[in-house]
Amino acid sequence: MSQATESTAVAQQQNKEALFSPKNRRLVTDPLTDNNPITIQVLGLCSALAVTTQVKPALIMAICVTVVTAFANLIISLIRNGIPNRIRMIVQLVVIATLVVLVDQVLRAVVYDVSKQLSVFIGLIITNCIVMGRLEAFAMGNKPWPSFLDGIGNGLGYGVILVMVAVLREVFGAGTLLGFKVIPQFIYDAGYTNNGVMVTPAAAMFIIGIIIWIQRARNPKLVDIS
Amino acid sequence: MQDLVNIFIKSAFIENLILAYYIGMCSFLAVSKTVKTAIGLGAAVIFVLGITVPVNYLLQQYLLVEGALGWLHPSLATVDLTFLSFIVFIAVIASMVQLVEMVIEKSSPALYNALGIFLPLITVNCAILGAALFMVQREYNFAESVVYGLGGGFGWALAIVALASIREKLRYSAIPAPLRGLGIAFIITGLMGIAFMSLMGIKL
Repeated sequence: MSQATESTAVAQQQNKEALFSPKNRRLVTDPLTDNNPITIQVLGLCSALAVTTQVKPALIMAICVTVVTAFANLIISLIRNGIPNRIRMIVQLVVIATLVVLVDQVLRAVVYDVSKQLSVFIGLIITNCIVMGRLEAFAMGNKPWPSFLDGIGNGLGYGVILVMVAVLREVFGAGTLLGFKVIPQFIYDAGYTNNGVMVTPAAAMFIIGIIIWIQRARNPKLVDIS
Repeated sequence: MQDLVNIFIKSAFIENLILAYYIGMCSFLAVSKTVKTAIGLGAAVIFVLGITVPVNYLLQQYLLVEGALGWLHPSLATVDLTFLSFIVFIAVIASMVQLVEMVIEKSSPALYNALGIFLPLITVNCAILGAALFMVQREYNFAESVVYGLGGGFGWALAIVALASIREKLRYSAIPAPLRGLGIAFIITGLMGIAFMSLMGIKL
């Protein structure tokens, strides 16, 4: 742990770089594709399955997670040298929990019906492994600004998968998109019905499984041999 | 007594945390490569859930709900601290997991090494916090929350052992290379979930 911290600290002293240098931009773009939190790192699945029956809650969830991850990374990175190693988990969780409570209160004040629909899953952002996983893996050993970008990147990478799954599930499960009808009536008249399986979380498992399949088929480096 | 048995069966099978609610997925998919580690993690989860749900019940009931602080001073009778429940719950869980980690490290170093990073990650296993929040939502009393914690943990352990044994067998089947490992685990979990849906109609 301390060794990793030292080596990154040395690496960072050597290059004082611009705010949006290529390396910093990669922090945001990598999690969108080859280092995606859901399909590669296997983090943050619970909420991905639960909130994706419709696109709107999925979008709001993605925004909340991005905000929480980015600011938790920023705060932990700022105080990383003052956290004793033994109790670091509790410190991290207190920071995350505080941010989540803030987000929860804001949602209740601004979009009450969506907050009602998301119910316990806003609270479960605390235990969303993405947030704590990134804190452990990145923010504990990096400067505040790269950590902040890493948080945004991972939040967005999570959001991309969330929205993809939600679009598929809403279109095929309910025939709507963001609440508007997209499958015209004559198709229903011809005997088409909404797919009941798409409404269950099991469909999200299948869709994510297939996304993983496509992603790894396109990039053989990611293939899991075991 | 009948009620408690019902709650146990309901939380372990009909409302299985993984296969009916799909929470606690991350470590479920990541640690289910071999049956042995799956059993170890399952036992740890049963223990943590069995302790944290009742402890959180006590805290919720005597510290957090509106009027709960009345016993301390009459003027505090109107204080409502429920907005703090996330922080309190997660602090209890984090300290509990720390304890389990120390016990396993002392008593079974082999299991400790096999579980690795996923032992501390029980803290952020959604199933643990999820069970505490469900306990509040369903207004269980103390005995019920003990049984709910144990039953939920048992269901979780059952599910992870089942998936691990399927994945051990899968190693010998012809799966397309890009789908191997994680991809097929997702699809299998989905199928198991559909199988468990058949239990949903049972009313206890």
